[in-house]
Amino acid sequence: MIRSEILKEIAPILRDQLVVCNIGIPSQELHAIDDQSSNFYMLGTMGLASSIGLGLALSQPKPVITIDGDGSVLTNLGTLPTIANNVADNYILLIVDNGSYGSTGDQPTYAGQKTSLTKMAQAAGCERVIECQAEDTGRVLQEALDAKQMTIIVSKCESGNAKMPPITMDPVVIRDRFMKAVQA
Amino acid sequence: MNIDKKITDDLAANDVSFVTTVPCKQLAGVIEEIDQRDGIFHIPSNKEDEGMGLCAGAWMGGKRPAIIMQNTAIGVTINTLATLIQYYRMPLPMLISYRGELREPIACQVEMAVHTKALLAQLNIPTYHFHHQADVEEFDAILKYTFMCNKPVAILTDANFWGGYGDQ
Repeated sequence: MIRSEILKEIAPILRDQLVVCNIGIPSQELHAIDDQSSNFYMLGTMGLASSIGLGLALSQPKPVITIDGDGSVLTNLGTLPTIANNVADNYILLIVDNGSYGSTGDQPTYAGQKTSLTKMAQAAGCERVIECQAEDTGRVLQEALDAKQMTIIVSKCESGNAKMPPITMDPVVIRDRFMKAVQA
Repeated sequence: MNIDKKITDDLAANDVSFVTTVPCKQLAGVIEEIDQRDGIFHIPSNKEDEGMGLCAGAWMGGKRPAIIMQNTAIGVTINTLATLIQYYRMPLPMLISYRGELREPIACQVEMAVHTKALLAQLNIPTYHFHHQADVEEFDAILKYTFMCNKPVAILTDANFWGGYGDQ
């Protein structure tokens, strides 16, 4: 299973939640599969999806799901201790770990080699960290929502991208409709 | 005048309730004041671009954010300022310790100080420079301006403003 197949499978779960989606192809795929005003698409700034999601979760009560990638988490590793030490039980960080930098040509990341993001999240102090296979992502995500406890999910999947068009929506429109969904 | 308290009072009066910090010796007093203040959630960051991500999320969640950091962070955060804070049009007051200015004891700090205002100008970021303690009187108006225009705004605060570096 590749990322886009996971996103297709979990789209019905994501639809009713606030979602912060990682830069590049992940956002393009989510946008093409099931565009919602409750999706915040990152158009730039690699690495910060997990930080934006945490700030959002700490600032309002609705559940927040961040869809991140292994390469982007590696770019912003400081995020894991910050998440661990500022617990928001309405926060789920879903790391789609395909062991590659998908948006730039599938170059391998260290997460696909010796480095375990699951263990790094645990070592950072995150208390509910679940590694799963791609096929189980939907079930694990729903369980995390039901648990109402901050959860880091590391979903191990295959490298690869679906061909989707770039997002042409203006960033201020993305942000404005997202903020209205937050307040709704 | 206690400038740490004045800055924190102004943040609170302007409904700033989410503050992220990366420490600097000059900022220690204001960070401590913020940490103790009810009504302000203080979340230390490991790096300043991470902090700006937190602030972006907090603002979309309905809170007014601020970041406190050193001017060296301008070198770290240019991409984040351009592609997140400015691109999505978000307000962000940046209270910045302006190292490498008059009374600076560490030569290397001057190397980023000489680029700081040029980089902020290149980014079209409104920039204020507090050199004397009385300059803090403008802080309240700067916060109101920031949340009026939804832009990142820099407040550079140098050693003369803070009263020197002590025994450093």
